[in-house]
Amino acid sequence: MDKAADEERAMYKVSGITKNFSDNQILKGVSLEIEPNKTTVLIGPSGSGKTTLLRCINLLEIPDGGVVEVGGLSYEFGRGRKPKIDDPRLREIRSRTGMVFQNFQLFPHWTVLENIMKGPVTVLKREKEQCRKEALELLVKVGLSDKKDAYPYELSGGQQQRIAIARALAMKPELLLFDEPTSALDPELEAEVLNIIRQLVEEKRTIVIVTHKMSFAKEIADKIVFFDQGMIVKEGSYEEVENCGNQRITQFLNMIKN
Amino acid sequence: MSERHMEIIGRTFWPMLEKGLLYSVPLAVVSFILGIVIAVIAALVIINRIPFFKQLADIYIWVFRGTPLLVQLFIVYWGICNPLGIDKWIASITAFSLNVGAYSAETIRAAILSIPKGQWEAGYAIGMNYRQVFFQVIIPQAAKVSVPPLFNSFISLVKDTSLASTIMISEMFRKAQEFASSNFEYLLIYSEVAVVYLMFCTVLNGLQKVIEVKLRVGKN
Repeated sequence: MDKAADEERAMYKVSGITKNFSDNQILKGVSLEIEPNKTTVLIGPSGSGKTTLLRCINLLEIPDGGVVEVGGLSYEFGRGRKPKIDDPRLREIRSRTGMVFQNFQLFPHWTVLENIMKGPVTVLKREKEQCRKEALELLVKVGLSDKKDAYPYELSGGQQQRIAIARALAMKPELLLFDEPTSALDPELEAEVLNIIRQLVEEKRTIVIVTHKMSFAKEIADKIVFFDQGMIVKEGSYEEVENCGNQRITQFLNMIKN
Repeated sequence: MSERHMEIIGRTFWPMLEKGLLYSVPLAVVSFILGIVIAVIAALVIINRIPFFKQLADIYIWVFRGTPLLVQLFIVYWGICNPLGIDKWIASITAFSLNVGAYSAETIRAAILSIPKGQWEAGYAIGMNYRQVFFQVIIPQAAKVSVPPLFNSFISLVKDTSLASTIMISEMFRKAQEFASSNFEYLLIYSEVAVVYLMFCTVLNGLQKVIEVKLRVGKN
């Protein structure tokens, strides 16, 4: 594959995304380019639409309008019939992205190992032994090898989230999405999850993360995107966003700091 | 208890138990299995809002929960099967399974809806399709939730099979009625048959516990 094609494949972007929930317009035509091998952090007040945008990127939320492009696949919304969440083309985009939820959402009826292997075995139809080997490697990576046969309810929240990260990584996603990954954790458990994410950032993966942890955002972000009322107000490095002089942003950052 | 009573019990207990094991229990088991099949289909049709079939399922549940089982049995047997020359066993299995299916449809629908939306999303997020998420992620969890209420229906059904005696099916209660009227020992015989029903339901209680323990693995 030549270099141009390589870059083509590495394009991740959304353009003109709109999304309404009943009469409420949550996203008002949002466009965002996600740089490959960089970490993009979405911040902003609650209800500003940042989580909805994240969910539109992997199409757990179907946009009302706009275009989603992930790794050379694109899908245009708002023309003709709204696709179902199960649409094969959306599934294709979705299987190339990994999603880590606020509430972990591990499968409670399967062991840790089964949780991690499920995607590769069922969706990618890969050979079971190989998937098992890779799952065990991922468990080493998140530091939970000894929990491979445990069920999710036997794990702490922090451990569950680390398994959830391993489950997302097992699909070898081109793009990793984190939706407030530590919001449901107390500070002690938060650290162990943040360490794993730090590690992924250092590996130069393509990451989009929604978080309220401003110190962490500042530390890992290559690009900060500030959201308010369904629109991107400002994007850039942390310093650029912090010092852009927008009153809403200054107000938000001050409130978070306290 | 007099010697005569003991003698009557000795003479009537086994024939009644035999009728129960050979007729009442199979009638309940077959009707329940068919009822569950009906219930799963009705629940799926309603949850997925499949046009026409959803309305049909709604009406089915409304009618069968809203009318007495005895009336349903009479309509199916005297009203439909008997004039057409269809066997009364088929009539009673039809009535019982339609009745239990209506109740169980609601149980299964509620169990499926009780699984958090996040579980669907977690399945979709790793690229699963609807079928995979439904059968591999949702159903195993919903099954666990629905065991106690489904056993309620099953236990009710075992006792309700006694209604089949009214269309001259020779199940256990029919036998009890024959014994009672031939011996003039109503209290004794009907208490005896009550004990046999209680025995059956005790076994079902135990079965329910075993299944619950089996499904408890990986509870959340």
